[in-house]
Amino acid sequence: MAENPTRHTLNPNTWIDLYADYLFNYAVVRVNNNDMAKDLVQETFFAGLKSAKNFEGKATERTWLVAILKRKIIDYYRKINSKKGKAEVRMNFYEDSENDGSWIEERVPQTWGNDADKLIETTELKSAIDQCIDNLPEKYALVFRMKTIQEFETEEICKELNITASNLWVIIHRARTQLRKCMEDNWFHS
Amino acid sequence: MAKFSITCDEATTICDKSQYGEATFLEKIKLNVHFLLCKICGLYSKQNAKMTKIYKMKVTDCKKEHHCLSKEEKEQLKKELQELEA
Repeated sequence: MAENPTRHTLNPNTWIDLYADYLFNYAVVRVNNNDMAKDLVQETFFAGLKSAKNFEGKATERTWLVAILKRKIIDYYRKINSKKGKAEVRMNFYEDSENDGSWIEERVPQTWGNDADKLIETTELKSAIDQCIDNLPEKYALVFRMKTIQEFETEEICKELNITASNLWVIIHRARTQLRKCMEDNWFHS
Repeated sequence: MAKFSITCDEATTICDKSQYGEATFLEKIKLNVHFLLCKICGLYSKQNAKMTKIYKMKVTDCKKEHHCLSKEEKEQLKKELQELEA
């Protein structure tokens, strides 16, 4: 008796040719690190092979592999989430009762040179920005990139990283004030 | 007036949120009241918009890129997968 035609089957021999690039691209925009994305894709294939017997054929092969990868990415997020205080966050505002929430004098924004208006698309400008982002604590850099560069919805990030919306905005705020200061010191100083 | 009063930390948080078009109407009112009293945050806001422009440039770049694994990387993956199967 022929198999039910709507049932999908797995062919691990063709996985790499068919899905490696798709999965890699999926991972790289989410973790922003080529090596990490490569590892995640590899782990996905391994996990897929190991649990192939549990494949019920309800979804396509690709959907099934993406679901595995997604779980791997969330595990990765959890790992960096728990790595607290790896890079120290520079505070921009006072947190004592007297001046609570006011600018710390040496962190007050300075006027930028006139060149700041010429937003030329230079490679130097881009690498300056990248360097500043890399200086952020890993979790801040991740949330900032997801929201700003990859343009994920707030809700989606909160779900994937298991944080609240107000958490997210505090992180974005700290990341952006820190990036502004970094760019002021390294790029816009007149 | 007191209920619109916010700190610079809060004002700049709203300012950042509004760069993504996600500040609420009330937050925007509070922010603008704060700008009347605080020039520093006004400057922050102006520079923040500039930073957003720079980030947008990066977004355009990022979208153009399509990431692929190299041939060698794929061969390596295949080998490892076969070993696991055996």
